[in-house]
Amino acid sequence: MSVFLQQLINGFFIGSVYGLFAIGYTLVFGVLDILNLAHAAIFTLGGLSALWLTTTAGLPGWIAFPLATLFSGVLGLLLYRVAFAPLRRRADSNLSGLISSIAMAIVFESCALGIFGARTVRFPEGMFQNRVYHFQSITITSLQLEIVAVALGLMIVLSALLKYSRTGKAIRAVAESENTARLLGINVEWIVSQTFFVSSALGGAAGILYGLYFDALAPDMGRSIELKGLAVIILGGMGSIPGAILGGIAFGLSEVLTVELTGMSNLRDAVAFTVLLLILILKPSGLLGRGRARQA
Amino acid sequence: MKLPADLPAGAASRADRGLAIRLRRRAAEVVALSEFFAVYGSLINFAGLNALLALSLYVPLSAGQLSLGNAAFAGIGAYVSALLTMRLNVPFPMSVAAGGCLAAAVAMAIGAPVLRIKGIFLAMATLAFGEVVRICAVNLSITGGAEGLIGIPNKTTAVMIYGALAATAYFLTALRWSQTGWSFASIREDETAAMVMGINTTRYKNVAFILGAFIAGIAGGLYAHLNFIITPAEFGFSAEVQLLIYNIVGGTRSVFGPIVGALILTAIPEALRAAGVTAGPLRLGVNGLILLLVILYLPNGLSSLFAKKR
Amino acid sequence: MISGMLLEFEKISRSFGGVRALSGVSFGVQAATIHGLIGPNGSGKTTLMNVVSGLSGADAGRLLFDGRPIHRLRPHRIAALGVARTFQNIRLFSGMSCLENVIAGQHLMGARPLFQRLFRLRSANLAEMKSLADARACLSKAGIAGRESAPAGSLSYGERRRLEIARAMALKPRLLLLDEPIAGMRLREIEEMESLFRSLVASGVTILLIEHNMPFVMRLCHSITVLHFGETVMTGTPGEVAEHPEVIEAYLGGKGERNEG
Repeated sequence: MSVFLQQLINGFFIGSVYGLFAIGYTLVFGVLDILNLAHAAIFTLGGLSALWLTTTAGLPGWIAFPLATLFSGVLGLLLYRVAFAPLRRRADSNLSGLISSIAMAIVFESCALGIFGARTVRFPEGMFQNRVYHFQSITITSLQLEIVAVALGLMIVLSALLKYSRTGKAIRAVAESENTARLLGINVEWIVSQTFFVSSALGGAAGILYGLYFDALAPDMGRSIELKGLAVIILGGMGSIPGAILGGIAFGLSEVLTVELTGMSNLRDAVAFTVLLLILILKPSGLLGRGRARQA
Repeated sequence: MKLPADLPAGAASRADRGLAIRLRRRAAEVVALSEFFAVYGSLINFAGLNALLALSLYVPLSAGQLSLGNAAFAGIGAYVSALLTMRLNVPFPMSVAAGGCLAAAVAMAIGAPVLRIKGIFLAMATLAFGEVVRICAVNLSITGGAEGLIGIPNKTTAVMIYGALAATAYFLTALRWSQTGWSFASIREDETAAMVMGINTTRYKNVAFILGAFIAGIAGGLYAHLNFIITPAEFGFSAEVQLLIYNIVGGTRSVFGPIVGALILTAIPEALRAAGVTAGPLRLGVNGLILLLVILYLPNGLSSLFAKKR
Repeated sequence: MISGMLLEFEKISRSFGGVRALSGVSFGVQAATIHGLIGPNGSGKTTLMNVVSGLSGADAGRLLFDGRPIHRLRPHRIAALGVARTFQNIRLFSGMSCLENVIAGQHLMGARPLFQRLFRLRSANLAEMKSLADARACLSKAGIAGRESAPAGSLSYGERRRLEIARAMALKPRLLLLDEPIAGMRLREIEEMESLFRSLVASGVTILLIEHNMPFVMRLCHSITVLHFGETVMTGTPGEVAEHPEVIEAYLGGKGERNEG
């Protein structure tokens, strides 16, 4: 029983990172109807740039991590300028956008490979005082708690910003209808850029947390989370922020539960992807989403 | 499925680590035999197979269906044919045909529910299907798990690959001017308009999906018998994306687009190597840049540069 | 059943999420005539056309084509019976040339066998020649013969409408549904369309058209149905419609005045 509980807790921790990653994904989809497949590459570069700042530049974590998050946001702006903005007027912009995001993902990944090499790297040891807490037979580390706190904190901040801030309201207006937003005097171009900045910053932050959680960073680490992120936003309903958070946690839990119940670690993703396929077939709008998949 | 030549492309991913081992093994054999031709012989083989795989995706794309399940169908073809030759001593041509047929049968089964989904959501559903297939291959004992199948007899020759490619290209060109081809084109342009002009869109979308899966299955069988090993990871997400890139770079307005795209993108890393660019990341980055330039400035692909206006 | 009716609506109803787009619409369309469908925006004209072509199902009621119920058939089955249509917001295959659009529209003519083509048989060539000739004939009837190799996306607005009509004619329909066929056309073009429609009817085709240009409708149609809030106000000859007080009130917008909404 306690092993089971321990697994549930682990699933919750990693699920919160998936959720943070998926929020950025779903935000861009909600606003632009574009699937940004370069999100995973930004996730990777976020983690690797944090590593560079802590090791090569020798900055302490509390400066390096926010800096790396900002840097990821800037990469997002670059991504938007180069890969999405020129295609906005095209009739098939959501399809060509998907493809240009793949192209940017390749370019970003080759940059990561060129700068950091193909090795798996880790954050310097002793950067954190990693205390271990025991509750009966359950073990939780302070690092895990910090990761979850940061992930959930960022999600709450984002939700609050979207709900109450001026920019947040504008973002939601653009997501609802670009033309109406323009009529209301909203600078759509500027809002979309900001959406990309926020989305990518969150993606980069997820990359840092992911690297800390698994104590490993590599130029291909984005690939494993890319499909998971997709699964999460479909589970949660495309474009839905609470859906992405819940979907992320559900995905994390389903991973550990599948392993726990079947005893086969290779089956980790099987349940999630089968459920994903079924959801797309039966209820393409996702569990919490708006019903528009069939008209896409 | 990747060409060994673009190894650094993903020296990172598990797929390519499998490839790296294979490449090293092959490299050793090659050097022992005759260096030059063997190296480029394998490049030529892989270029042809990539072109065939690109065509398999071209078929659903030409009917407006963005399917990303074709690498999985190739995987089904590869595993089925390899198991048939290895375990049951089925003659090679028959086992490859069986692989193609089984891939088509799976496409027929999933086509009805999946093809009701449109656009990007179809892409995601087929990607999820591909993941399910990959996870099955990793977990079944008959497929050899994550290590894959080892010791597949080497039966595929360049003549077979290019024969299959030429036959497929010819068939698809003829198809284009048939009832089916016009239906594909109409559905791609406007599904609603296609419906009211009497086209059974559901049926033709399924035909495109199944035909694509069949070609992918055949290509998978040829691939398996060209390699000593196949692993599940080779038929995963990166492979799906690679096939899409061939089509986009080459263009999907004619049968030749995907072929041109696959040949060029397979050859470029090798050409760069010959030109003295040794850094792997740079060679990978060039592929990304080409894709980016094509989507931004040549929406109909490289082949639109040569297309004569009718 | 009244004899000579090609299309009969019997109490057709359709709602979208609580909004009644059509409620109990009943009227008949006489074979080989031009039947107009008029009414203010949102009165359910296009929904009715979607029901005929099978794009939208009817919640209740029956729809008979040549005495045969078709309201449960899928669009391609209805097309196969000889029903072709155009769209209010023009749905051309803009990546194809004009000629190719029309050839694509010949789907039901079934003259493009794969296997003859595959083995390069002479019959494939003959079939192709015939299909080309038919397509050119449709283009020239619609008055755009000169533009056959132009990409459909490059046409002017009026030419696009004509190409869509040419594509619909390629199906050799018995019933042609036209959703605002002359919207955006110039006077000379309108006159050409008028004579095209008349010649089609003379050759036995039945036309059901939605149009806001009242003089055009009054001149051309043999009978007219007026829709208002999804209900049939009346069906009658242009003369009868013009006299009907409710129609004048609700739609024509003033006594005897024929405005061009």
